[in-house]
Amino acid sequence: MEEEKKGRRDFLGMALGACAAVGGVGALYAAKRTWDPLPSVKAAGFTTIDLSAAKPNELVVEKWRGKPIFVLKKTPEMKENPRDIVIGSDRFLVTIGLCTHLGCIPAYQKDNLLFFCACHGGKFDTSGINEPGLPPPSPLEIPPFKIDGTKLVLGEEGPEYKAMLAAGITV
Amino acid sequence: MAHFEKANSLNEWLDQRIGLNTLKRVLNTEYWIPKDINFLWAMGMVLAATFGLLVISGIFLLMYYKPDTNLAFDSVNYTIMSEVGYGWLWRHIHGVGASIVFLIIYIHMFTGIYYGSYKRGRELIWLSGMALFVAFSAEAFSGYMLPWGQMSYWAGMVITNLFSGGSLEAYGLVEWIRGDYVPGDAFLTRFFMLHVLLIPLVIIGLIVLHFGTLRLPHVNNQEGADIDFEEAAALYKAGKKKESKVIPFSPVFLSKDVFVMGVYFILFFYLVFYNFDFAMDPVNFDPADGLKTPAHIYPEWYFLWSYEILRPFGKDAGLIAFGIAQIALFFLPFIDRSPNVAPAHKRGLFVVWFWVLVIDMIVLTAMGKLPPTDPTFALIGQIAAWTFLALGPVLVLITMFEKKIGKGV
Repeated sequence: MEEEKKGRRDFLGMALGACAAVGGVGALYAAKRTWDPLPSVKAAGFTTIDLSAAKPNELVVEKWRGKPIFVLKKTPEMKENPRDIVIGSDRFLVTIGLCTHLGCIPAYQKDNLLFFCACHGGKFDTSGINEPGLPPPSPLEIPPFKIDGTKLVLGEEGPEYKAMLAAGITV
Repeated sequence: MAHFEKANSLNEWLDQRIGLNTLKRVLNTEYWIPKDINFLWAMGMVLAATFGLLVISGIFLLMYYKPDTNLAFDSVNYTIMSEVGYGWLWRHIHGVGASIVFLIIYIHMFTGIYYGSYKRGRELIWLSGMALFVAFSAEAFSGYMLPWGQMSYWAGMVITNLFSGGSLEAYGLVEWIRGDYVPGDAFLTRFFMLHVLLIPLVIIGLIVLHFGTLRLPHVNNQEGADIDFEEAAALYKAGKKKESKVIPFSPVFLSKDVFVMGVYFILFFYLVFYNFDFAMDPVNFDPADGLKTPAHIYPEWYFLWSYEILRPFGKDAGLIAFGIAQIALFFLPFIDRSPNVAPAHKRGLFVVWFWVLVIDMIVLTAMGKLPPTDPTFALIGQIAAWTFLALGPVLVLITMFEKKIGKGV
């Protein structure tokens, strides 16, 4: 009798525990999904920019997914780099304008030909490459892009972007 | 069922139902505090009172604040500051209180370290206190987002980016915390929830725990003396108050606390009425702009020391150093190997260690405020950061060889 009672109570305890665990996991999943970016936020993630109006060594800042996008038309004197986006005979630097250290916006110093981040002193050259020995661990990131004539669609992955990804130039 | 008799007073009526007299005895009139203490022992109640002021001023701010990226900035800087009657008072109490509460927390912590109040039975007091420090930090950070000025936005950007884990590139986690690619409406509203509900609940729970951890080991005293509380209490209750080494928490100790609080609140309200600017960063009076970083981003003064530990290293090393700095103080009761519960000046090298820690944290704080461009200051910051990291192992060494102090003095 006592043994039987104990067995029944153990079973009830385990059944209750299992139900509570399933409910708990479900609630955690719902809580996680509630904090995910909303579909409307994700859908607004495409921006088209026109590169034909850009002037050499003059930084243009566009906006994509709330982040600043640096567009710099390179002068012939500036070093070529596989990170350049080539349209006709023009070469462009197009990157997300956030320091890869902690996400501040570096300022472009036109005369020194470099991007300087005021937060922790990071520096990037006109190809977006970080200067070694400073806090930023990697070059400025290139956003997903697709070339469309003289226009660039940000958020869409064109063949040139996929080639850069495959070559490990950006993440 | 318990036996109930007709009560002759409200007190008796309540005593029968919720054990009021027992409660009073355990928590107040027979909760014994050593006599051998000084004004630093009042900081706990000063903190409790300041937290109370923050809650009250927060309740009034809550009535006009709008957690919406389009409305938040104006609801604070226009509606509350110039339209709401005495709205400025609540905001200045809240802003000054948030800043001063950290000053008192640091004094409270360093008092505990100086007198060895985290040892031999008092470990949980220290651990629950450190948990409170973390909860207050989260509360301060989430509150700093709410006016949605430039510093709110960029502090939110930088701090949430820490969760990408350096080279782990966990941007999915960062976007999940923000609910967006950048701090936006979802971010502001969820930090509003954290600031006004979830974290305050956690803080209140932790305060109860912190008080609870004090009850059995009792508070420490100036000499770290091992008091026989039962004997001392018996003396006090027998009317030999002079001979007894203890006083009851209420009303005797509390009346000392109230005096210190009186002095403290004169200073506090002087700041609220005449010198509130130090708690209001001028950059945060520009509305948030995701396309313009302020020239120099720095946290409020109470976070500067840990921010400076992050700064001089590369991304991953900086994150690791920062992580260590955030949790290092939790381990204090376990890395202090000395059995002595005594004030630092009686513990040989420990007193040197203590003051090096204090000065190092002040140097880190000062360097954290300066722009990163000056190489001399960057070097001083780097040395101070390394010093902080080295202080842990050094403490283990010096306390292992610390001479045991003979008791009975």
